[in-house]
Amino acid sequence: MFQQVEPMIPALRRYARALMKERDAADDLVQDCLERVITHWDDRRSSGDTRSWVFAILHNLAMSALRKNTTAGIRQVAIEDVAESLSTRATQEDGLIYQDLLNAVDTIPPEQRSVLLLVSLEDMSYAEVAKTLDIPVGTVMSRLSRARDRLVRLLGGARQHAGPAATLRRVK
Amino acid sequence: MNEIRPIQEEELLAYVDNALDAERRKEIDAYLVANPPVAARVDKYLAHRQALRDAYDPVLQEPIPLSLNLGHMLAARRRRVDKPWRMAAAVLVALCIGGAGGWYGNESRNDPYASGIASLAREATASFQVYAQDPDRPVEFDAASGPELTRWVSSRLNRTVQIPDLRNAGYRYMGGRLVATEHGPAGLFVYDDAHGGRLAMLVRTMAIDRDTPMRPHQEDGVSGYSWADKGLGYSVVASASTTGLHPLADEMRRQVRAEHGPVL
Repeated sequence: MFQQVEPMIPALRRYARALMKERDAADDLVQDCLERVITHWDDRRSSGDTRSWVFAILHNLAMSALRKNTTAGIRQVAIEDVAESLSTRATQEDGLIYQDLLNAVDTIPPEQRSVLLLVSLEDMSYAEVAKTLDIPVGTVMSRLSRARDRLVRLLGGARQHAGPAATLRRVK
Repeated sequence: MNEIRPIQEEELLAYVDNALDAERRKEIDAYLVANPPVAARVDKYLAHRQALRDAYDPVLQEPIPLSLNLGHMLAARRRRVDKPWRMAAAVLVALCIGGAGGWYGNESRNDPYASGIASLAREATASFQVYAQDPDRPVEFDAASGPELTRWVSSRLNRTVQIPDLRNAGYRYMGGRLVATEHGPAGLFVYDDAHGGRLAMLVRTMAIDRDTPMRPHQEDGVSGYSWADKGLGYSVVASASTTGLHPLADEMRRQVRAEHGPVL
């Protein structure tokens, strides 16, 4: 169990961070997830893919946590925290671009956002995402498509074609 | 252009996520060259995908926080789960010893686990599990408060107690606390290494076994070495998977024996 789950922890933290934004909230979620994984390890379907099972637990915890705090105030603080946590190698301009992107991602409905993140960040196959979220593959595709189109509408292709200042204006 | 199957919207997504076979990918490459507006949209998909990864991949490089240490979590659960039957077993053992005592007179007085160095080892094991392995608050006095803690422990034990220095062996002194044992107050000093591995030294006064050579013990996933010198008992304990505990215990014994051993 240890050998299977421990290597997943960095990726679990990444997914939780992308959903929750705030570092402590994300890590609390991962901790809850690991507790459940430990408790229910023997109950999982042995045929099932462990990664999907673990991510499904985390995902369900995240969704109920997000439902609890959807107030705008919390979101606003959260984005600043993210900018801070990304400070390492990002120049200020990069920071602005990230922030625009993260703001835009935040406006995507959670059920689409999680598909986008699992595919883009975790490199899950569409079938694996379907299994994790317990939805048909067709639904995965349509949510992914809507999430990506929304980002295009909100951000344009500013990253390559325009400077960060232009990006900022377009979003605000 | 050769005739190709019509391009599906979801194949554009799969193109972005690199989920197409090589042949179809080539066909879509050609299609995108011929259709700049679609190509522009796909480029944006790709750019956003990459930017998301740039934004969140640094999380993968962060050290895992203590609260997410799976080893600690498993150990904590094992203790919780083990408790009920372990206590039942202890009661059963106690009843058997009591019963046997009735039959065989004072045999239980010679039970090595009843007192002395063996109970020191057991108390050190319990303190290690409860305190030293706690992910959030393993110590009450941090490293900087070492002198304050040694003064307190020394006054409670009515003996001069020192905190061995294991930095040369790769262990940093984290801090310690006063703990309760069946045989009175004891000092618990906790150390960790660069990988978060912890060990602890328990020290208390000994009513019996006051001078005892070092002996190894292992119980409940915790191994240790215990000895007593001139009425002070010491037990050095760590998770059973810890390597090189014996030389560390030797080093600690050397330091506490030295009249002017290093004091933190």
